[in-house]
Amino acid sequence: MKLELNQVSYQYKKENKKILENFSLSMGDTERVGLIAPSGYGKTTLCKLIAGYLTPDSGEILLDGRRVSSYKGYCPIQMIWQQPELAVNPRLRMREVILEGDEVEPRILEALGIEKAWMDRFPTELSGGELQRFCLARALGKRTRFLLADEISTMLDLITQSQIWNFLLKEVKQRQIGVIAVSHNQALLEKVCTRQVRLDYAIK
Amino acid sequence: MRKENQADIVNTSEEGPILKIEHLNISFRQYESGTHQTQLDVIRDLDVEVRAGEMVAVVGSSGSGKSLLAHAVLGILPYNAVQGGRIFYRGSELTRERIERLRGNEIVMVPQSLSYLDPLVKIGKQIKRGRKDKKTADKLRGIFKRYDLNEEVEELYPFELSGGMNRRILISTALIEEPRLVIADEPTPGLDLRVAKRAMGHFRELADMGAGVLVITHDLELALETADRVVVFYAGCTIEEAYRSDFEKEENLRHPYTKALWRALPQHGFQFIEGTQPYVKEMPEGCPFSPRCDMCTPQCKGEVPYREMRKGRVRCLYAK
Amino acid sequence: MRDKNLRQRVLIGLIVGAAILLAICVGGLFCAEAAKTSDFTRKNLPPCLTYPFGTDWLGRDMLARTLRGISLSILLGIFAAAVSACIALLLGIAAATLGRTADAVITFVIDLLLGIPHILLLILISVALGKGFAGVAWGVALTHWPSLARLIRAEVMQLKESPYIQIARKLGKTNWYVARKHMLPHLLPQFLTGLVLLFPHAILHEASVTFLGFGLSSEQPAIGIILSESMKYLVTGKWWLALFPGAALVMVVVLFYAAGENVRKLTDPASVHE
Repeated sequence: MKLELNQVSYQYKKENKKILENFSLSMGDTERVGLIAPSGYGKTTLCKLIAGYLTPDSGEILLDGRRVSSYKGYCPIQMIWQQPELAVNPRLRMREVILEGDEVEPRILEALGIEKAWMDRFPTELSGGELQRFCLARALGKRTRFLLADEISTMLDLITQSQIWNFLLKEVKQRQIGVIAVSHNQALLEKVCTRQVRLDYAIK
Repeated sequence: MRKENQADIVNTSEEGPILKIEHLNISFRQYESGTHQTQLDVIRDLDVEVRAGEMVAVVGSSGSGKSLLAHAVLGILPYNAVQGGRIFYRGSELTRERIERLRGNEIVMVPQSLSYLDPLVKIGKQIKRGRKDKKTADKLRGIFKRYDLNEEVEELYPFELSGGMNRRILISTALIEEPRLVIADEPTPGLDLRVAKRAMGHFRELADMGAGVLVITHDLELALETADRVVVFYAGCTIEEAYRSDFEKEENLRHPYTKALWRALPQHGFQFIEGTQPYVKEMPEGCPFSPRCDMCTPQCKGEVPYREMRKGRVRCLYAK
Repeated sequence: MRDKNLRQRVLIGLIVGAAILLAICVGGLFCAEAAKTSDFTRKNLPPCLTYPFGTDWLGRDMLARTLRGISLSILLGIFAAAVSACIALLLGIAAATLGRTADAVITFVIDLLLGIPHILLLILISVALGKGFAGVAWGVALTHWPSLARLIRAEVMQLKESPYIQIARKLGKTNWYVARKHMLPHLLPQFLTGLVLLFPHAILHEASVTFLGFGLSSEQPAIGIILSESMKYLVTGKWWLALFPGAALVMVVVLFYAAGENVRKLTDPASVHE
């Protein structure tokens, strides 16, 4: 599968500053692309555009030639947010959080080190690292073809970061899932990505 | 602004630490199910010392409750928290009355979120807190100069400034009081490395000017950039206290968890150990790291003291 | 009570309160006849052992009349508050989810209703519907929803933007799933608190409208009627005609109010773990 961004531009309504202007990118599902830019250069916005949370002002985002926004139901491009605490409903048990995913295999839960006892807990009863594992598992459902990782390990300790990324690398290689990773950590991106793209050059 | 009388202070020797925390523990009262309440021991045993002119970083993963440390020192824990252990400020115990007197002038906190700035008050007025005398104005000018802020900024509102500038404004707010102790809770959330490093640099300058600085963060790499000492917080306990230079080589580190952290750095191999930090309600007996540790013996189930070692401290029976 | 935690105290309070209200309603049922029976041999008796609340100028038992009146008020309050809360829930959700035009219309109606004094609108509706039980009930029901609707609208608006709901949509979840799993659990506590806090309002407004003569008809022993009729006799020293029914009304209102406050405390993050 192929993910293409053609001349994508975006700006928030209230501010006059363009976040993205004519940004293009093309990647296959065996690639892992790292996005680098200083803060305020719209890395998170770009992720939200690609995952279909926002629609570009101009330009198009295509998955195998089909507009991402035209997908109804399960979106094959899933995004993992920086703060897992906000990404799960505090009033749902973790079992139900996982059920929101697309038939997530038990194998994935096991490989992520998610313990059986955690399934009956509420999000407030888990640490950030544990929650992020759930978010990862939820996004790795059957129909996921691309994964957007927006600073997914920034708030975690180094060991959890290494655990999560080592698992993720194995999983996406095996299933041919393309990855776009955002991180301020250069060493991390060098370790996990096949190539890197600078965002600040894309904006004049 | 009111400084403490010298008489208030039992021990004023320059050698003593500005802040000394001994066996701090904090637990929360919470409903479990229905009408049943339990105690959650979020912080179980925390020891930290900060001396004048020193920058100390407490490093722990997010959600581990380390922010409570800042709240405990400032006496602003939520209503359902119970606090134990002792906190000393400049040699004598920091009681509730005393912290209420010192908070905001001798002891200041730089908050995590920019939302602490009042959006309706001009920057200058906000920092000076309404004081109009010349001395304060001069001081503000000095601070602005140091932080590369124009004088016009005084007349602007927070929304007219960038995030990085607002962050410097937050630090300026703390500086105008000439604090002896600065506590920063997660001062660099979501900032890219360059900006985060600069923010840490600002705290370093505060320490160089003679204040004690305690930074609470999840980011070990960032802490290693500027802090003099690093205290590692794991599952409610401080497990190691090390100098920055100790992190240059794995052998210099003391606790097996800290060593594992070191090996997990992308540039040091990106290795990981299995398992997760135990949940508050399922804390193992004795050493909290024992279920993940390959040096663990039955003795680790007993009490593990926080002991001195090579100028630092470690909570492990077998650390060498 | 001191050693009990907040939830236990609230639970006990709610049970006691509910028991008192139930007792009044059941008592009211049995007093239907007694409240109407007049007997001139026992006219204008001050409170005594046989007639703890005294009797009126027609020799009717004031205790029976008060019980009957209060139970009528509670019934009306429950109906009006339930209808009002449902209107609030529906319009609040509609405003937040059905697009900008719907929102503008509903918000305008809310502002409009909040701008007019409750009592005025209530009288208008009540009179238009021919007074009586139905008139007052609909009057109260149709005037009390705006503030709760506004609260729910704001809550839903905020929820809609929360990352976990956006994620659920990208995971292909239907609107129905999102409403049931993600929105309802958040709205329910708000809704329940709003519902309980609407009771005292509804009851007080019913009584005042009736007192002013725009509500229930004078054959019915409503609290408003009892109070307005007793006004004529107060000057002749028959204090008990107004005191006991009035005090009973205040008690019921306070009871409901306390219940609502307690439910709010249970769900308020500032006190949820007390």
